[in-house]
Amino acid sequence: MVAIVDYGVGNLFSLCSSFAAIGAEAVVTNDAMVLKSASHVLLPGVGAFEDARLRLSRSGLEDTLRELVSNGTPLMGVCLGMQLLFDESLEFGVHKGLGFIPGRVIGMQGTIDESLLIPHIGWNGLQKTQDHPLLSGIEDGDCVYFVHSFFASECDESVIATTEYGVQMTAAVARGNVLGCQFHPEKSGEVGLKILKNFVNFGERA
Amino acid sequence: MITKRIIPCLDVRDGRVVKGVNFENLGDVASPVELAEFYTNAGADELVFYDITASAEGRGIFTGILRETARRVFIPLTVGGGINTLLDFERVLSAGADKVSINSGAIRDPSLARAASRRYGSQCVVLSVDVKRVNGVFRVFARGGRDDTGLEALSWISSQVQAGAGEVVVNSIDTDGVKGGFDLELLERVCDLVDVPVIASGGAGKSEDFVTLFSQVPKVSAGLAASIFHFGEVKISDLKDTLKQENIPVRIVK
Repeated sequence: MVAIVDYGVGNLFSLCSSFAAIGAEAVVTNDAMVLKSASHVLLPGVGAFEDARLRLSRSGLEDTLRELVSNGTPLMGVCLGMQLLFDESLEFGVHKGLGFIPGRVIGMQGTIDESLLIPHIGWNGLQKTQDHPLLSGIEDGDCVYFVHSFFASECDESVIATTEYGVQMTAAVARGNVLGCQFHPEKSGEVGLKILKNFVNFGERA
Repeated sequence: MITKRIIPCLDVRDGRVVKGVNFENLGDVASPVELAEFYTNAGADELVFYDITASAEGRGIFTGILRETARRVFIPLTVGGGINTLLDFERVLSAGADKVSINSGAIRDPSLARAASRRYGSQCVVLSVDVKRVNGVFRVFARGGRDDTGLEALSWISSQVQAGAGEVVVNSIDTDGVKGGFDLELLERVCDLVDVPVIASGGAGKSEDFVTLFSQVPKVSAGLAASIFHFGEVKISDLKDTLKQENIPVRIVK
């Protein structure tokens, strides 16, 4: 069973539907017991980093996530959920992240070519930088759907795929049992469903 | 490289697609859910559902259809039509919409974009504008293009983007239905004005019109059309192939 962390951010309808479409059981929960009983945990997220971060710490979900990560449960962050996995974010100030993956989240503003629109919205191609089971069956150039204004940097070792938007931008990361996608797999058609399926098949619980 | 998006728009009334759809081997497709699946498989990058229902009952049916579509189709869904308040946002977002398009509702209440973007994020708020030239000035029309609001279109768009609209659909009434191509002059002006994605609408009659659009106004992010897709005049898969041959980046669905 996949547990989708419910901490009051984002629209979880499509995530639930996409797990259903690949035949995986998924529940939306903020219950630590349910999270601990899940085979896989997905951390969603849309909105502002600081707000999401505070919600995780105040609700106690942060402690549960730490426990899950050290137990070896596969944890995947999506979009802002992925950004939260890093050491820190520079979104409107400096904010500490969960620190599961070394790296920092920086803004596109001032970093990429001025002619490019911010946010980066739309379908963009993936370039695999490492072989990883999360991207099994995915080919270079396969498009996925992005919506974001900040991106993860200084995390080269964990990057498994990038996308070109002015710079080679982090698109997917993996470090042990912690995974992340900057794009929305639940909005990325067949390619996205394949990635979710790979996630569900990823690893064994320790 | 980011791809140009192709977006079919479906008008839905009382649970059916308004313009009947005739495809070879498909016959008349009037179920929005089936049509959404068909377009998705053909390579649509996003779908717009436009609710043209007037009754509360019809609105309920529409929400049900949206939910069913979002269970089956995994590309972004934008919903427009009858969006006047944050409650309307809530209703369609909780039924699976990813973005909400505001038009007459924003004209009636210009603070709607700000309130909605604060609550749901600007990526969720799409400003849709019907524009027509009146004495050489671009003016905003309301109620599906029937009423001249007197608003100057470029300053209206600019103010709404500043308020929080994250994308703009520019529908040219002057070129709409004529099938002679998109309104490149208007689109160029809007693209120069705002730094959010601009979606071109109104005037597409053939694949080449999209080629012209993306090569003449390269800042345009997407092209939207309804009837040419519904009546099979342009197949989305063929359109994508044509664009690719012209070196315009598009997502090809295998």
